Amino acid sequence: MFDLRELYQELIVDHSKRPRNFGKPENFNYCAKGFNPLCGDKLNLFLQVEDGVIRDAKFEGSGCAISTASASLMTETLKGQTLQQADALFQTFHYMLTGPKDSQNAGAGMGKLAVFAGVNEFPARVKCATLAWHTLRNALHSGEQVATTE
Amino acid sequence: MTAIPPASLSASEADVIRQLDPAALRRDFPALDQSVHGKPLVYLDNAATAQTPRVVIDAMRRFYEQDCSNVHRGVHELSQRATDDYEDARGEVQRFLGAADRGEIIYTRGTTDAINLVAGSYGRKYVQAGDEIVISAMEHHSNIVPWQLLCDERGARLRVAPINDDGELLLDEFEKLLSERTRLVAVTQVSNALGTVNPVRTLIEIAHGRDIPVLVDGAQAVPHIKVDVRALDCDFYAFSGHKLFGPTGIGILYGKRQWLEQMPPYQGGGDMISSVTFEKTTYNDLPYKFEAGTPIIAGAIGLGEAIRYLNAIGLDRISTYEKDLLAYATQAVSAIDGVRLVGTAREKASVVSFVLDGVHPHDVGTVLDREGIAVRAGHHCAQPVMQRFGVAATTRASLAFYNTREEIDALAAGIGKVKEFFA
Repeated sequence: MFDLRELYQELIVDHSKRPRNFGKPENFNYCAKGFNPLCGDKLNLFLQVEDGVIRDAKFEGSGCAISTASASLMTETLKGQTLQQADALFQTFHYMLTGPKDSQNAGAGMGKLAVFAGVNEFPARVKCATLAWHTLRNALHSGEQVATTE
Repeated sequence: MTAIPPASLSASEADVIRQLDPAALRRDFPALDQSVHGKPLVYLDNAATAQTPRVVIDAMRRFYEQDCSNVHRGVHELSQRATDDYEDARGEVQRFLGAADRGEIIYTRGTTDAINLVAGSYGRKYVQAGDEIVISAMEHHSNIVPWQLLCDERGARLRVAPINDDGELLLDEFEKLLSERTRLVAVTQVSNALGTVNPVRTLIEIAHGRDIPVLVDGAQAVPHIKVDVRALDCDFYAFSGHKLFGPTGIGILYGKRQWLEQMPPYQGGGDMISSVTFEKTTYNDLPYKFEAGTPIIAGAIGLGEAIRYLNAIGLDRISTYEKDLLAYATQAVSAIDGVRLVGTAREKASVVSFVLDGVHPHDVGTVLDREGIAVRAGHHCAQPVMQRFGVAATTRASLAFYNTREEIDALAAGIGKVKEFFA
C-alpha cells in the first residue's frame, strides 16, 4: 500500500502550516488569481520581475495542505529564476505529477519541489498541487486573468 | 468509541429498527463487499451516488441480454418486451410518487435535466421581462443555474430566500419575496450540503395562496422520506435514479397534467410527435411530448427495479432507521474536539457536513480514503451555501439505510487519525 506519508511529506506539512512568502507585497508587476472550482481553493500570486528575472514572489489565499505547500515552495523556488527557467520548471513539475510512473524521477533536478512526486499516486490531488503553477503561467503569459485548473 | 444509546425513540420505532437488518441488506449490494486500500469499504457518499443492489444490475443485464431493442416502435417480440418493461417502470415511479396519472411521469437524464426541462419549457411560456423566480439559499447549483440562464434570457429576476445559521429556511423572508411578479418557486426538499429538510408542504401552501406554482427538487429526499406529490400538492417534482439505488443517466420529472399540457416541448425529435410534415408537426400525448429520441431504456428499467426493491424494505422503516443512525453520527462526529458541524437544522436527513480545525476538507477526505472511508470533500455543488457559512468547503458524510453504527465508529476513528496526522 502506498503510504500517506509519501504524499504528505514533512516538508509539505511544514509549508502548509507555515506558508512562506505569504501576503500581498507592496511592489509587484505581475499578478494573477487562481481558482480550483472543484474544491473552492483560491490564491492570488504576485511577482516582481526585473530584466526577465523573478526578483520576488508572494501569494495569498486559502486551500488544502497540498495547494498551500505547493504555492509556498513554488514562490521560494522562483526567486532568482528567469522567466524561461520558470516556464521550464512548470513543464517539469507538471510532468512529474501527471506523467507515467517513472516520471516521478523527473523531480531529481528540482530541489525541494521533488517532494511533490508522491502526488502522482493521488490523481485526485494533482489539481491541488498544480493550482499555483497554473496561476504562475497565467500571471506571466496573460496577467490579471483568473487561472483555473479545469 | 462508547456506544451511544438511540436518541429518544418510542417503543414502536425501536421495533421498526429491529426489523430492518442492515447487515442482511448490505449483502444485496455487491459493491459494498470490497476492501479499499486494504480496509473494508465504508461508503458514506450516498448523497453523491448511492450503491446499486444486485436486483437492479440483473434487471439491466436482462434487458441487454434478452430484450435489447427500441421502445414504442417495433412490431417484434423483443421491442414489445422492452416497451412493456420500460412502461411498467413508469407505473412503478407513478405509484412511488403517488401521482394521479402515468402521463405526469416524464423520464429525464436526472434531476438537473428535469429542472432544465421546466426552465426551458415552462419558463419559455410563462416567464417574461420583469417576472421573478424564487429559490432558496440552500439550493444545489442545478436548481440555481437553469433559473439564472432563464432570467438572463428573459430579463427576469432571481430572488433568493435566506437561511439561518442552522441552515433552516426563514419562512417569513420567503413569504416576503413572493409577489404578483413571481412566476415560480423552485426549492429543494432536502439540502445536499446541509441535510436540512425543508417544510415543502407549508412552502407550497404559501405559494399556492398567491397562485404561484412550485417545483420541488427531490433528489436528496426520495431515498430517505416517503413522498406523495398529491399530498404535497407540488406542481413539479424532480429526482435522480442514481441517488435512489438505481442507475445513473435516468431521472424523473413529475408535473401536474394541467401544466404539462400547456407547456411547449423541451426538445424535438422522434417519439415526441404524433405526425410530422414539413408544414406542421403535431406533438405526441403526455408523457411522450417531453421524451424526444431513444431513451435510456435499461436505466428506466433499472430505476423501476430499484423502487420495487425499496418498497419491499419500506421507506417508513428506512426513515426511522436512518433517523436513529443520523442522530448517532451527529453525536459521534460533533463530540470530536475541533469539529464544527455545518448544517444543524432541527429537521435533517442523511447528511453530516463538517469542518475540522486547521485541516482542509480535501486533506480530511484523502486520509479517510486511505482508511477505506468514502466521503465527499468540497463545496458539494452548492457554493452559495459554503459562502453563507464562511467556509470554502466541508467534509460530508451522507448515510443510507445499509450503513451501520460500526461504520460511524470507523468514521469517528478516521477523523481521529486525520487529527493525529496533521497534529
